[in-house]
Order: sequence, then C-alpha cells, then structure tokens
Amino acid sequence: MRFPYTRSINIAEVEELRGARWREETGALLDAGCRLLALFALPGGAPDDARRSLCSLLCNDEDGGLHLLRSEPLSGYASLTPQYPQAHLFERELHERSGVMPAGHPWFKPVRFNAPWSDTERRPGPAENDFFRVEGPEIHEVAVGPVHAGIIEPGHFRFQCLGETVLHLEICLGFQHRGAEDLFLSAAPRRRVALAECFAGDSSIAHATAYCTALERLAGVVAPPRARLIRRAALELERLANHIGDLGAIGGDTGFLPTSAWNGRIRGDVLNTTAVLCGNRFGRNLLCPGGVRQDLSADECADASARLQAAYRDARAAVDVMLASPSVRDRLEGVCAVSPETARSLGLVGMAARACGLPADVRFTHPLGPDPQEAAAPVVEHGGDVLARTLVRSRELDVSTRQVEADLKALAAEHPSPVQAELPDRLPPLHLAVGLVEGWRGEVCHLLMTDATGRPAFFKAVDPSFHNWQGVAMALRGQQISDFPLCNKSFNLSYCGFDL
Amino acid sequence: MFRIIAERFRQKYRTVNYPRVDPALPARYLGVPRLRAVDCGSCTACARVCPSGAISPRPEGGPQLDMGRCLFCGACRDVCPQEAVSFSRDHRVAAFNRDDLLISPEKPFAGIGEPQRDFSLYARSLSLREVSAAGCNACEADTNVLGTLTYDLGRFGISFVASPRHADGLLVTGPVSRNMRAALLDTYAAIAEPKLVIAVGSCAVSGGLFQPSPECGDGVPARLPVDLFVPGCPPSPWSILDALLAVSGRRNKR
Ligand code: SF4
Ligand code: SF4
Repeated sequence: MRFPYTRSINIAEVEELRGARWREETGALLDAGCRLLALFALPGGAPDDARRSLCSLLCNDEDGGLHLLRSEPLSGYASLTPQYPQAHLFERELHERSGVMPAGHPWFKPVRFNAPWSDTERRPGPAENDFFRVEGPEIHEVAVGPVHAGIIEPGHFRFQCLGETVLHLEICLGFQHRGAEDLFLSAAPRRRVALAECFAGDSSIAHATAYCTALERLAGVVAPPRARLIRRAALELERLANHIGDLGAIGGDTGFLPTSAWNGRIRGDVLNTTAVLCGNRFGRNLLCPGGVRQDLSADECADASARLQAAYRDARAAVDVMLASPSVRDRLEGVCAVSPETARSLGLVGMAARACGLPADVRFTHPLGPDPQEAAAPVVEHGGDVLARTLVRSRELDVSTRQVEADLKALAAEHPSPVQAELPDRLPPLHLAVGLVEGWRGEVCHLLMTDATGRPAFFKAVDPSFHNWQGVAMALRGQQISDFPLCNKSFNLSYCGFDL
Repeated sequence: MFRIIAERFRQKYRTVNYPRVDPALPARYLGVPRLRAVDCGSCTACARVCPSGAISPRPEGGPQLDMGRCLFCGACRDVCPQEAVSFSRDHRVAAFNRDDLLISPEKPFAGIGEPQRDFSLYARSLSLREVSAAGCNACEADTNVLGTLTYDLGRFGISFVASPRHADGLLVTGPVSRNMRAALLDTYAAIAEPKLVIAVGSCAVSGGLFQPSPECGDGVPARLPVDLFVPGCPPSPWSILDALLAVSGRRNKR
C-alpha cells in the first residue's frame, strides 16, 4: 500500500498478501527502482506459532512515496538477496529477530549475535563464527579487532589476501549491540529521545529528529516553524562537525598532518557551536517531541553564527590546502572505488552513494518540512573512490554552512514564537509512521507503530551504516590491504548505529 | 609548501593553557548539580521527567541525585516547582569513589576526593589503552579530542597507546555490552600490574541509559575494579582532561 511519507498509515487497512505474493510484489517494487528502507515482522502472534506477518517498507525517490507491503503469517519465504543484494542484511536481521527463514539466503549469518543465539551466558559472540576463506599456497588471512589501535568502536575485520592484495574482506559487527530497539520500546516515553540520541552518538540530532518526526507524524502534529529551523541548523552543524573531522582524518591517513591537526581543532569549534544551542557538544537535550526544548535568543543566534563563520573560514582554508597538494590527490584518486551499479545494488545511501554519482539525499526527496533550502540539488561526485568521498564532504561544507547561517539569521530576525507543538495524549491505534532524516552519513530511518490501544508496539531504527558497511567490503576488493584505514575513514561508518 | 606555511600562521596557536586558565564553556553548559533542601512533599516531578532514573525526591530534605547516572540534561531543574535543583558551571565532575557521586542537599558534591591507592607512579608518564565497550561514539570522540591542538594531552605526559602491553591502565567507555565483555576482560588481563581503570561517561560509570537492557547492565564497575569515575553523557573533554590530570597529580588544587 502506497502512502505519502509525511502521513501515518493504518495497518489494519494494509492487505495481507497471500502465498508468494508478498515476496513478488516487494521484488517488483525493487525492480521499479524503489529502495528497501526496512524489513520486519509484525509483533503479536501466538507464542507457539512460528509464523509471523512480514512487512517490507520501501521508498520511491522519484515521488517521495512510501510503500508498505504485508504478508500473511509465514514461517519462511524465498530469500530476496540473490536477486536484490540490498536485502542481504535486512533478511539476516529479520531472521535473527523473528525466526522467519529467508530460504536460499547466500550469506546466512548472525548480525548482532542475539536471539535466537542468546540463551546462554557464554553464547558464541561476534567473530566466533566461521569466516569465508580463500584457500591456496600464497593466501594469507589477516584478522583485525574487535579492539583496534586507536580510540574507536569495536568491530572485527577478516581479510583474505594474496600478497598485499585483498581478495575478500568480511566485516563482523555486533560487539556494540545494546538491545537499543527493545529497550526503546519498553522504556518510559520520557527516556526515548535520550535513547535515540545515543543510537549513534555522532548522529544524535539525526536520530532524535527521526524519532520525533515519526512520532509527530503518527500524532498528526507538525513541529512549529521556529523549531524546524533550530532542528535543521543543528542537523547541519552535526554534518559540518563530522565532515570537518573526517577530512582531517583523511589528511592524517594520507600523511598530510597540517590539515589533520587543524581540523581536529576546528571540528571541536563546530561542536562548541552546537553547544551554544543546547549546552551539549553533540546536541543532546535539544529536541523533544513536538519541537525543541529551548528557543534561541537573537544574541545566541549571533554568537553561534560568529563561531560558525570563524570555524568555516579555518576549515575551508585547511581543506583547500590539503586538496591543492598533488601528493594528497594522488593518494586519494582511484583508491577503493565503488561503481554506481554496485552502489545501487547494495542500496548504499547518503554521502557514500553521492560519491558514486547517485543523487541520494532525503533532504531533497523527503524534506522534513516546507521550509525553503539553500541548495537546489544534492552534492554529487563521480568516481566512487576515496577522492570522491572527500570531495562530497568538502563541497558540503559550503552548502551546510550557508544553510545554518540562513537559518540562524531567520531565527534572529523573527519574533519569538512557540517552539513546541502539543502532542495529543493518545496516538491513533494500529498506525505506523516513518521519520526519514538525512544525517551526515546518510538517511536515518525510524519507524514507529502503535497497537490496538494506541501505545507504541513496534519500533525500528535503521542507521545509514546498516546500508553502507557492505560498501566498505566491496570497495576494498582488489585493493591493497594498506589502503584499508584510508578506505574505512572515507566511509566512517558507525558501529553502534549498526549494532544498536 | 609556502602555502602550507602561510596557512599554518593563519591558523594560529590554539592550545588552551589549561589547567591554569579556565576553559570557555557555553552559557547553557551544565556542570556540577547542586541540590537545595526543600520539602518535596508528595511531588515527584523531577523523577517523572528524568530520562535515566538518576534523581529521587524525598518527602523531607529535598532530592537525591546520582551523578553517575545523570545525563546532565537539566529536565529536573526545569520542572522542579521549588527550584531545588541547579547546576554550577564547574566542569570538574569526576570522583575517585563512586559514593562521592551520590549527592543530596546535606551531602553536596565534594570534588574528586582521594584516590584508593598511591598514583604517584603516574606523575610523569601515564599511558592508557582505550576500550569502547558499546559506547555510542560520543564519549569516544570527546576522549579522542584530547589529542587535538586545543587540549594537547601529550604535554602532560599522558598518551593513548595501541597495545594493552604498553599501557598503565584502561579507559573504558560504554555500558559493556554482552558482546564486548570478553574483549574488555581480555584487554584488561593483558595489562601488566599495577593497573588502573577509568570509567568515562554515564554508561561506563553505571550503565547509564542502557542499564535496564538485558544486553548491557551496570557498566564497568560490574566487571572491573574502577579507580576513577567521570560522569556525563558525554562528559565535556575538559572534565575528562581534569580527571586524567588528577591521576597524574597535575591538577590545580583550587
Ligand atoms: S539532569 Fe540528570 S537527574 Fe536531572 S533529569 Fe537529567 S538525567 Fe535526570
Ligand atoms: S555515556 Fe552517553 S555519550 Fe557516553 S557512551 Fe554512553 S550514551 Fe554515549
């Protein structure tokens, strides 16, 4: 059933597709160019019945429409992955969460190593499973992680190498699994925004906005214009801080230390600008359902704007010096490229997809509100290599800065008006709504559904990293193993956002 | 080449002369909580808005607050009709003893306290191995940032090292997920004695927001002996730096 992305949909009105029809119609939409946003089993069903009603949520980037397809209760179906690789992790996750079997899945392994593997204290953990192995006299295997050399999150990487060349990389995550989705649902409503802010700490604003938006759409409420501007300014500041940090880190891995040193500092200046908005460098405590917790005064807007201008000037100059260096460009160009076809078939999103020439950006296809945007189109680069991912970030510095400045200016000029819309006490029963937000990595998708009494009964969060980790593995095929740190930085995906 | 040098001068010298000079914190920054003795009566407004279960009202004597669970979100301050909760601008929130983070009107936060053992060994050099045990990457980022120009951790003789074999201790972030338990304990075991453990962030200190999840629990103290607790979600980098300086004895005694 098709529905506009800003609306909620009544689950009871969605037809239960019989037999193989659910799989066929999901496939047909994917064939027509729709993208898979989530795959899940509806809650409920008798405990002794292994069958579950499955749902696929897809989006059409052409017209912004969402599609929800629902099956009759099933205990298995023919896997979508052989034909549609973008379903690959979703199907593994679906089985892990619900027990429903995607028969014929070519890469059937745990995702987060929880249920149904979780009954014992000493369950097999991540990386205690078998890995794909290449055999041969010259082949060697490199295992990295979960604990890495730097201050970063844990994950395990298993490389199959022929000399320096990587034939295959298998990425095993799950170490960061905190049971966040279940906790979110069982938690008191007052905890939920705080939890969403911690799904991926560097994307606090994106996740909080996605949750609040989904809830508001469910309630049929729209955040007031002033709150929307503050949210957007914070979201773009989050993008700026992370892009600046990443550009510095790419400089560091290239051996171009000046920019690495400068950007580390400048990133902090942008985080401190976010802290002007809410006291916290990561934007915690800024949002609340219905709007934002605190308004901004004209003086605070001016303060934030002055900080941002200074940070932008320094960042622009630091990045331009780096990109003007022939040795840096040589190191970045043609390294770890992903083709547009691969990007499309894996379902890559966000910045990584835009670096492959795909105009994937939900700020344009699924805008959060009617407010005009500074940019007319997504920033797209071609090449799909580390250089392209670097250039997308570099160009987005300009666009995002312009956006934040415009929003702060509008906020300072306007008369104060409410920044919170009132939410009704009860949500409509058996409705589902979706919040789609273009975080700095890519689209964050939150899906919230109520039960027959109007209480949230199902929640799903999809971080862009869930779509994109496989892109890192594919980017490294046939490349030097020494390119891995640079390649990984150029994607800079979230571990906890994936593991939840 | 000249362009790089010219840019180097334009970017200026940026290291803050901490701890001699106080860091500039944003106006909305919330530091050490302060509680006032009021008669809560039957009011439970603060507990009903607190996202982490850190604050509990008492019919007599005003609220109690566990800084180790607190996210420093300010929601309790905003709803209390008697203004029993306020926050100072002091970023020095760390404590050597977990008990010192439990505060009430009659037992205000008394500062970092005394270490449980002699840390003079670390006065000139302190090497730490960081382990993220299901941290959300905000605590990690604000620890990592100490290596940047603004903070320049190296000038204090403190560094983060790649191998636990080279480390004097662990700095742990995150609520310690089930899937990270083994790796955390293995890393700890690989460090030579004597070793110290620093828990950074409300997740690590107490499990924080994730404490009720069956995949997490009560944070680092449930798994390892913790020598120093740095609350916050995430703590300001200045709070973390202040805590590390306390270990190496370079903290200003103010
Ligand atoms: S500031 Fe701390 S105690 Fe107060 S509501 Fe927030 S988390 Fe709870
Ligand atoms: S304490 Fe807060 S910032 Fe730190 S890891 Fe936990 S959720 Fe993230």
